[in-house]
Amino acid sequence: MAGLTDLTLKDALSGLKTRQFSAVEIAQAHLDAIAGARALNAFVLETPEKALQMAEVSDAKLARGEGGPLEGASLGIKDLFCTEGVRSTACSKILGDFKPTYESTVTSNLWRDGAVMLGKLNMDEFAMGSSNETSAFGPVINPWRSRGSNRPLAPGGSSGGSATAVSANLALGATATDTGGSIRQPASLTGTVGIKPTYGRCSRWGVVAFASSLDQAGPIAKTVEDAAILLTSMSGHDPKDSTSLPVGVPDFAGFVGKSVKGLRIGVPKEYRADGMPAEIEALWAEGVAWLKDAGCEIVEVSLPHTKYALPAYYIIAPAEASSNLARYDGMRYGLRVDGANLTEVYEATRAAGFGEEVKRRVLIGAYVLSAGYYDAYYLKALKVRRRIADDFDQAFQKVDALLTPTAPSAAFGLGENAADPVAMYLNDVFTVTVNLAGLPGLSLPAGLDAQGLPLGLQLIGKALDEGTLFQLGSAMEKAANFRARPEPWWRA
Amino acid sequence: MALDAATVRKVARLARIHVDEARLEPLAAELSGILTWIEQLNEVDTEGVEPLASTEAVTLPMREDVVTDGGDPAKVLANAPKSDRNFFVAPKVVE
Repeated sequence: MAGLTDLTLKDALSGLKTRQFSAVEIAQAHLDAIAGARALNAFVLETPEKALQMAEVSDAKLARGEGGPLEGASLGIKDLFCTEGVRSTACSKILGDFKPTYESTVTSNLWRDGAVMLGKLNMDEFAMGSSNETSAFGPVINPWRSRGSNRPLAPGGSSGGSATAVSANLALGATATDTGGSIRQPASLTGTVGIKPTYGRCSRWGVVAFASSLDQAGPIAKTVEDAAILLTSMSGHDPKDSTSLPVGVPDFAGFVGKSVKGLRIGVPKEYRADGMPAEIEALWAEGVAWLKDAGCEIVEVSLPHTKYALPAYYIIAPAEASSNLARYDGMRYGLRVDGANLTEVYEATRAAGFGEEVKRRVLIGAYVLSAGYYDAYYLKALKVRRRIADDFDQAFQKVDALLTPTAPSAAFGLGENAADPVAMYLNDVFTVTVNLAGLPGLSLPAGLDAQGLPLGLQLIGKALDEGTLFQLGSAMEKAANFRARPEPWWRA
Repeated sequence: MALDAATVRKVARLARIHVDEARLEPLAAELSGILTWIEQLNEVDTEGVEPLASTEAVTLPMREDVVTDGGDPAKVLANAPKSDRNFFVAPKVVE
């Protein structure tokens, strides 16, 4: 039944509805694919019993002509989402075998709509990383390889497991989260579609916190329409998250295929970064041409503070993380390492439980918030953040959306950027601005580089205007006609 | 700005993370590298700019000040490394 895993979410849903195949068959086909793809290390926990049990319930509903918009759809869940009774670790040793006694709002919404859980997906520890190499469960391997090479490549991060599961057809779609690029950069590196919605669109309740003013959930999917279907289910106001926006959720799939004629697209000149590979520059120009051919008006715009977004982020995100991660004290859940007194227990637990990158960020955060440095670092970064948000406000006076590259390179080798934290941080240079401004950003696969590796382009929209991104994204998807697939070298 | 080993020791203490003596110097070098790169923010004129801590355009909602959840100690304690009856067990704080 390998054919069932090749389906898009949309086609699977329509086949389930017309009973061409059952939810159990869909789930089993994906469980088999997952069991045959352990070399990718995309899943940190497989939940086959739960999957089949949920699929049976879906089949019963479908047989009665009932069922929600995602009835019987097999999905992977990033390990940052708390799932009731199912181990949720944020891929950190400090959470140990933590089994939440509650369900995150986003996953609750998916189950409400009939989705089936295949298991929990690998990620960078606490979502801190751009290569999935900081995971306590080891790195995910990108399904894509350079032409004629066996060298293992990173899938990007932090949602590396989500992107890999979708790219390798191990799930019809996956949940992911994005604090500085963690949905869009791995989507770009694996030839998948990912959207980070407007801040507040998806509830953060039950999602392990990294940097609360930046964290947002979103889907990684095979197509723009699949991403729209998933985001519609994931979104919605939640009284349990005070930053969840009390606004209605449009049917995002309704925007797919709508004419883009007359829309104005901004091309920010500051995104022409020094040392950007010529093929990314060329692909970007091609993307501009596609939208022009579809009837869009192209406008050059300026976002003058773009280069300061990453350094501002590396103050703000660690500051929030050092505060959020203070809860891991070894008392109420997760790891506890004993010591002579309470302080020693704290210090030993956190030393043993946090990985190197998490420690670096917690220390940076504690430093920039400490007495004497608060104004110079933290307050300065918040002022720069305002400048960045103002840049977008001004650009959106003139245009409906922006088009940029998603990432400054295609997939890179495992270990390649590991020695230099700043080199790794630069992966998010084109995505992080969007988090700081709270805007939606969508990445879609646009072409292959000379090595045969996928490259993505990013559409950035006004707050709460995800619909326009799906509209433009579907027009670009059609023009790009991206059909390349990774060779299934991993199949056991 | 370059951090020295003594500052790293102090910050690690604030963050309640034990750092081995041998790791202090290398960590100081790593963190200094990051902070030096961050310092390009000083090129930005932020005179009179209001800090932006959250992008939320709407005011935060209010709700009735009533209990909406709780009363389930078994759930609260389910993941505790050590518990006794309805309590978390923590190391002794006061001698």
